[in-house]
Amino acid sequence: MEYEPVIGLEVHCELKTATKLFCGCSTIFGSDSNTQVCPVCLGLPGTLPVMNEKAVEYAVKIGLALNCTIAKYSKMDRKNYYYPDLPKAYQVSQYDKPLNYAGYLDIITKEGTKRIGVTRAHLEEDAGKLIHQGGKAGRLESSDYSLADYNRGGIPLVEIVSEPDIRSADEAHAYLTALRNILLYIGVSDCNMEEGSLRCDANVSVRPKGTEKFGTRTEIKNMNSFKFAKQAIEYEIKRQSALLDKGERVVQESRLWDVNESKTKTMRSKEEAHDYRYFPEPDLVPIILSEDYVNSIKKNLPELPAAKRTRFVSQYGLTEYDAGVLTSDQELADWYEEGAKHTKNPKGLSNWMMGDMAARMKEEEKELKDLKFEQKKLCELVDLIDKGTINSKQAKEVFIELFDTGKSPEAIVKDKGMVQVSDPAVIEKAVEKVLGENANVVADYKGGKQGVLGFLVGKVMQATQGKANPKLVNEILKKKLDS
Amino acid sequence: MALSEKDVQYVAKLARLEITEAEVEKYTKQLGNILGYIEEMGKLDTTNVEPLTHPLDMKNVFREDVLIPSLTQQEVLSNGPEVQSGHFKVPRIM
Amino acid sequence: MELYQLTLHEAAQALQSKKTSSVELTKTVLDHLKKVEPQVQSFITITETEALAQAAEADKRLASGNNITPFTGVPIALKDLLCTKGVRTTCASKMLENFKPPYNATVVEKLNSAGAVSVGKTNMDEFAMGSSTETSYYQKTKNPWNLTCVPGGSSGGSASSVSADQAFASLGSDTGGSIRQPAALCGIVGLKPTYGRISRYGLIAFASSLDQIGPMTKDVEDSALMMNVIAGHDPKDSTSADVPVPDYTAEMKKSVKGLKIGIPKEFFPSEMNTEVSEAVKKAIEQLKSLGAEIHEVSLPHSPYSLAAYYVLAPSEASSNLARYDGVRYGLRVPGENIVEMYSKTRAAGFGPEVKRRIMLGTYALSSGYYDAYYLKALKVRRLIKQDYDKAFEKVDIIATPTAPNPAFRFGEKTDNPLTMYLEDIFTISINIAGVPAISVPCGLSKTGLPIGLQLIGKPFDEAALLKAAYAYEQSTDWHKNKPTLKES
Repeated sequence: MEYEPVIGLEVHCELKTATKLFCGCSTIFGSDSNTQVCPVCLGLPGTLPVMNEKAVEYAVKIGLALNCTIAKYSKMDRKNYYYPDLPKAYQVSQYDKPLNYAGYLDIITKEGTKRIGVTRAHLEEDAGKLIHQGGKAGRLESSDYSLADYNRGGIPLVEIVSEPDIRSADEAHAYLTALRNILLYIGVSDCNMEEGSLRCDANVSVRPKGTEKFGTRTEIKNMNSFKFAKQAIEYEIKRQSALLDKGERVVQESRLWDVNESKTKTMRSKEEAHDYRYFPEPDLVPIILSEDYVNSIKKNLPELPAAKRTRFVSQYGLTEYDAGVLTSDQELADWYEEGAKHTKNPKGLSNWMMGDMAARMKEEEKELKDLKFEQKKLCELVDLIDKGTINSKQAKEVFIELFDTGKSPEAIVKDKGMVQVSDPAVIEKAVEKVLGENANVVADYKGGKQGVLGFLVGKVMQATQGKANPKLVNEILKKKLDS
Repeated sequence: MALSEKDVQYVAKLARLEITEAEVEKYTKQLGNILGYIEEMGKLDTTNVEPLTHPLDMKNVFREDVLIPSLTQQEVLSNGPEVQSGHFKVPRIM
Repeated sequence: MELYQLTLHEAAQALQSKKTSSVELTKTVLDHLKKVEPQVQSFITITETEALAQAAEADKRLASGNNITPFTGVPIALKDLLCTKGVRTTCASKMLENFKPPYNATVVEKLNSAGAVSVGKTNMDEFAMGSSTETSYYQKTKNPWNLTCVPGGSSGGSASSVSADQAFASLGSDTGGSIRQPAALCGIVGLKPTYGRISRYGLIAFASSLDQIGPMTKDVEDSALMMNVIAGHDPKDSTSADVPVPDYTAEMKKSVKGLKIGIPKEFFPSEMNTEVSEAVKKAIEQLKSLGAEIHEVSLPHSPYSLAAYYVLAPSEASSNLARYDGVRYGLRVPGENIVEMYSKTRAAGFGPEVKRRIMLGTYALSSGYYDAYYLKALKVRRLIKQDYDKAFEKVDIIATPTAPNPAFRFGEKTDNPLTMYLEDIFTISINIAGVPAISVPCGLSKTGLPIGLQLIGKPFDEAALLKAAYAYEQSTDWHKNKPTLKES
């Protein structure tokens, strides 16, 4: 039986405001436990929340970047449940009047562009952190006791919920990557999955291909990277399909991705389905945003990845793929654009960046800020090739030194005496010398083995210390051989 | 809507209140009486009446994203029934 | 007359004219406090050392002549649900028996800045749930007018401490009548301001959209003075109104000629206690003789206010009290696992009335019942508010009895929770609508128990209430009566 996966993703994005959602405590990651806590975020009796205006601004930015409708009237609600990482035994979140709703995000798949709906993106507060002790490797199920740290409690989150429009693990990965990119572009979050500033859960179900009715879905949690998310979703799709093939039912439940065993496993249920008893938060007042406010945020939004990609294609003559790579990171895109100002060959610049430069950076784990040279110097290199001053093999050598020392390519070429030899007279002389020394190869060529031309070209290059213009060498060699 | 003992047991569980058999019986009766009185409200026609969450017509109360000193770790833990290495300790969650 | 029998403004006068010092005054008050405390039991915690230290500071300030307020050096009491930094704050519950807040409530900060001296934390119904202070985990407070009777609730200890001259004034809180009803039963003045007039930051929450802090004092002038200190916008409370604070004494002594007073027929049912209705009607006549105009008004949805309240308040309370789970503060009863710990802790930490309300509220908010109960109550709330809005188009003030009965005996109303709830029948709609109201003494029953007149005002028009209350008070002698701490 062929099954069609139906996937929805819930992404929690921690906002990088300076302070928490309802109090002035710091949001910095990694501090000593319980040192960024105040009576409000500790939930002490008598304390009250006051909304962080920057969090609202960032949440609206997210909504706009995801093409959502920004609610004219929005409010916070209490979601009531007991868990030791929740200081008030309720989370202040949004239930029926979220700040943003009815948006979408376009992803690039093998088949082309696909639009994934975004149901809502609402504001809520984060819970504290629990460390489970005494059992197997800090796992919840076997722990003897747990330790609570409320530093993270109260940090603003935006929960972004997609429509169940995703149809494969690949699409899920593409959605997550695109979403993360947008969030980084608009500067609202560090989007660091290791630090927990970006988290995702997946709702996965399958149905017989061609049918409309949704199958039973499971919720997959604990996917700590996009790579694991893809693996987990792939596994779950297979698992559910296998169950249905056997005639068994899929149980509606939450499952954890187990990194060590590469499978999803049942979470021994914390309890039955929660009755959250949502009701409007009486300690806060509604948020009513004017059109002017929303428009001013919209105006100040940076150019988003999709728009930038399209522009790079038309403005710089790049392929979709190249544009995609360069815009996958805002810093990279900006670095490129700065460079493009200084060259007549932006495509050439793009090739160097995605080729040799990317390779060296990856190898040495360097970031843009670690580079010893600015864009202008790389453009110099591109120009030297385009002018014919050096050939591509020489260019690679120059690049190595550019990357290592930051010295200007023109200076490198000069110092190394690398100027490409393009004087036909000089090349002719070299060609004649080589032809004279390789008579048998010449004979092979004349005998029909055209392939040996490469060998002869190589020899000429050798004879000229690699400086000869390969194109010219080719031309002159052929002329002489054919005559 | 008559309140049953099962309802009371469910609600006590939701509210994390351990109650005895005798208490279940007593609370069912008392809560049933109170609910009966409350249900008088059902007589009022409230179609087209907007709910009022706040007596005040307030909106958009915000604060600036500016740091305010937190409590010290000691102060945070000062009322903790059980603390360990800078954390609050709680028994097994499962 | 003993020093401790003075009103707050008289005590302030005595201090400022150097007739006594704050330390002397505080010592006198504490001596008297401790003398009558075995009989009245107003206090959960007496803060003698802290009070004397504050008094010494106040004396320095008084001597310097700088920055003196009517509260500088004057002993007051605080209801034990107001957070006081480093001082035990229990809400009269076992759950918070040893809880020491690391911060002060905003109103406490304000009183401290004004130089007030705090003698202690007063007894109340547990977590403010009750109308007789009988649900306190610690002790029963007695009504100074008759020690076999309740002082009312939930601010029973605040009321009795002022009535028995154990403090010159006290702060209470009012969610359904908890300032006004005990004020009426103890023969003192109690004011519940407009919702949002006074910051709730540091007020341990019962029902967030109904709770307000307010002054409980020996007379109306003291009430106005206290309002001057504690009222005002607080950026730490999102529901606190950004409305300027007038000088509440400015209009207070003006004539009530032409003041329009409305009498709602729904608040004078035929079957009500005749002593109460007579006393209140007489008081209204008195106001008429002072120049006020009496009109009939109607608050047609007020009969449903008790029902709406007993959905809204317990619902919010069930959520506000969920944080008492034994993890970060308060009582913890150990358990094999966390759910057991939660359940045992909350079972041991809360009394039956609190448990009842938590369960009621949880039920009303639970899936399937939210529309029928909570949502319905929110709609009834709007209807009740609209009633007041409409009535206030016609009149400036509404006059009613505060409580349906004078003080009742211990145990008289504890069998059936509903009986106790009905004590709030005249005060509850005011909290639902968020309007201000004041209770002033207007008579004594045949058995010598105080009866209160309730005046209800327009939002943020506490000044008009204080004016009408002052005019009435000054034209009678009820405020001059003192209880004798008798038992009969």
